[in-house]
Amino acid sequence: MEVSMSDLIKADKILDLKGLACPLPVVKMSKGIKEVEIGQIVEAQTTDPGSLTDFPAWAKTSGNEILQTDQKSDVIKFYVKRVS
Amino acid sequence: MKVLEKQVAELQSQLDALKQKSPSDKLSLIVFSGDLDKALAAFVIATGAVAMGMEANMFFTFWGTPLLRDKHKHVGGKDAMGKMFGTMLPTGTTQAKLSKMNLGGMGTVMMKALMKKKNVSSLKEFLALAEELEVNILICEMSMDLMGFKREEMIDYKYLTYGGVASFLAEAADSKIQLFI
Repeated sequence: MEVSMSDLIKADKILDLKGLACPLPVVKMSKGIKEVEIGQIVEAQTTDPGSLTDFPAWAKTSGNEILQTDQKSDVIKFYVKRVS
Repeated sequence: MKVLEKQVAELQSQLDALKQKSPSDKLSLIVFSGDLDKALAAFVIATGAVAMGMEANMFFTFWGTPLLRDKHKHVGGKDAMGKMFGTMLPTGTTQAKLSKMNLGGMGTVMMKALMKKKNVSSLKEFLALAEELEVNILICEMSMDLMGFKREEMIDYKYLTYGGVASFLAEAADSKIQLFI
């Protein structure tokens, strides 16, 4: 039986960013990540297709880590670990 | 050994000088245009920069300045030219028009409806977001003087200052990114 990563990753906080347009997903993500401790994980849900490239760019610049990206139909889920 | 020590000390001082000269994680934007589409781009970039961990500064000059007028504030005592500019230029972000395809106002109305449908924030919402994110806004004093705008008719914004080119350049010189819109 196949086990997807999302079953294994436990998020400490879920951010619903569905329906938001650029730049709000990254703006809210950057705020949301500060609400968890370093080492904890935020699950961000977006529907903006641009976030597929924006989130990795944001993570690289802000020094955080995207553990896993899941895309099911229109909803994209990012599992982001707070590193800095 | 002494030579080596001297070299290390020299290198250290050079490194300190370099560090002092290298720009900070800042964005400095010149908002010259008062067009809806261009101002929208400016706000997307400024608020996005804060999300990326940068400090953002916006310098509103020339046609950009009327976007920061408050439509609920009215001041008197203007001369004929001041009154004319006051009437012809937009009073705040809600009156900004598209730079292309305005079609006598129709295009702007359609674009605003489209933005709403696609969940793209309006300029008014972006201004509130910018304030929440502590984006600094500097208004060009000379432009205000030219167009007859007074400080009393500008918006209330927590991180607003008035100044000139030197104030902008001091920030821009210390910014990794500078853009003119």
